[in-house]
Amino acid sequence: MTRGVEVLSAEQIREQRERYPRVFSMTLKQKVVRWTALILTVGFLLYMLDRLGFFSDRFYGNLGKLAVMFGQMFPPTTGGQFWDFVDAIGDTLGMALIGSLIGSIAALPLAFMAAKNFNPIRPLQFATRRFADVLRAADYMIWGLIFVRAMGLGPMPGILAIAIIDCGILVILFSEAIENIDRKQIEGVRASGGNRLEVIRFGVLPQVMPVLLTNALYMFESNTRAATILGIVGAGGIGFLLSDNLRAFEFSNACTIILMIIVVVYVIDYGSRKLRERYIRGDDYLQGDERARSLWSTWFKKFPPRES
Amino acid sequence: MAVEATTPRELDPVARFEAVRADYLRYKRFYTVLFWVGFLACLALAIVQTGFDIFKIIEALPRSSSFIVKSYSALSWDNFWHDLKDWYWGFGKWFDALLVSLMMAFTATVVGTTVGGLLSFIASRNLAKNYWLYFVTRRILEIARTVPDIVWALIFIYPFGVGPLAGVLALIVHTTGAQGKLFSEVNENVDEKPIEGIRASGGDWFEEIRFAVVPQVLPNFISYTFWRLALNVQAATVMGFVSAGGIGYELITAIRLLYFLDVGAILLMVIGTVFLIDMASEKMRHYFIGKETLLH
Repeated sequence: MTRGVEVLSAEQIREQRERYPRVFSMTLKQKVVRWTALILTVGFLLYMLDRLGFFSDRFYGNLGKLAVMFGQMFPPTTGGQFWDFVDAIGDTLGMALIGSLIGSIAALPLAFMAAKNFNPIRPLQFATRRFADVLRAADYMIWGLIFVRAMGLGPMPGILAIAIIDCGILVILFSEAIENIDRKQIEGVRASGGNRLEVIRFGVLPQVMPVLLTNALYMFESNTRAATILGIVGAGGIGFLLSDNLRAFEFSNACTIILMIIVVVYVIDYGSRKLRERYIRGDDYLQGDERARSLWSTWFKKFPPRES
Repeated sequence: MAVEATTPRELDPVARFEAVRADYLRYKRFYTVLFWVGFLACLALAIVQTGFDIFKIIEALPRSSSFIVKSYSALSWDNFWHDLKDWYWGFGKWFDALLVSLMMAFTATVVGTTVGGLLSFIASRNLAKNYWLYFVTRRILEIARTVPDIVWALIFIYPFGVGPLAGVLALIVHTTGAQGKLFSEVNENVDEKPIEGIRASGGDWFEEIRFAVVPQVLPNFISYTFWRLALNVQAATVMGFVSAGGIGYELITAIRLLYFLDVGAILLMVIGTVFLIDMASEKMRHYFIGKETLLH
């Protein structure tokens, strides 16, 4: 193993090449397949770029206009509407929270229906899954638009759209988590005389809860991003003001809104990541999270436990 | 343990254990209560802010469902094929629009993944040679990703006018950001040993990337790319809502004008397409993830 580097002679290299040709280069067939695939992809891409107008004057001629527009975005201004923006951001966050909550709660029973090991009626299980697929196949904006038509402008249609997509995605994720649980704990609860409900409460939920909560939180992040744009079709939130300002060529106002969106999305992502990490790590009482501990001990000193 | 230290030493072990356990339970209860109080406060704020009203939903449900029923009431059993033909009177137009959406999604995925993938090597901390270049690239990718694609479309409509060009540019920018960010996270988790190996045999930075990093990350890149393709197809179907090309324009017109039957027909096409692409993308991802596990 520990021999030094030996320099192979040209003869030896040639010999090795002949013996193991596939180590040194692809076979002719592989080469042909790869080159054909590459040429076809590039050709197809060029055709599509042409169809979409990349090789026209419309693209090159307007790049200057794009630069001018970005120039007009700075410095960002509020046009005296700052508190309107804040109010709309509040709507956005509220929509995401309520929509995610409704979606997650609705997804729970449906997930048990869609899980193979909990639903013995196979057609029903299959149908639930396909139903969830249909719910998430239409975009947030499509659902938002449909509900705006049914119940008027405002945050309500946005909440419903978020709830529906959230539910559709979570049913699939939840049911996969439920299908992957360990049978032994269920058998344990059943052996000690637990009924069906107790089996779910003590045998299933403790196993799937971390997955459910982290997925629900993850969806909340993604719903916050969706809630920022639902307003474009009138379904509530900051999107309405954004599209309004962009359509009126008020680029510096729009820039403020975009910056606000970026900040809000960052904060929500960060907070949700921290919560998820905390939940996955479990309670940190024994693992020594100093900040959590110090908050706890301040509380503890102020309200000491009653002596028994 | 803090509590253990403060527990009187003279107590017997059982009492000591009980004291620690009681403290532990109080600790847990404190954080449970804190969480629920915070959560309910946020929820109450959200309800007040958005004016959420469950009765409005209950009231609107029959209206929404009649909307959906009306959208699909064109078909009858005795005259199925003729009805279908009537229902899909605009099939040629819609199909062309759907094709434009698909082209936007494919183009954006290919271009965005290429650009984002190349940038991801500069934007990963363990591979970057220059800290400032890394920092700036990372921030640009994050902004491109955080701003939703439809907002990019609204931005690009001003210089490039209505049509698929603005939409595809929006998708490209968003895809570049998303792929760059995801790929750089993959890059940050690579095994350092092959890189050292290439460096030791005299390879420069490009050779390190090409022969040490790329073989490790390629299966993940491919898997993310198929996933992104499915997402982009879905996003491309709504680009038309802001007049940025594709089937969305036909859909929003039909919904605005309350042509229920057209809405149903177009929605069916859109959902079917998204569904098929989603399934195909999932198959491909499993195929490539299977390869990845073989490589390890």
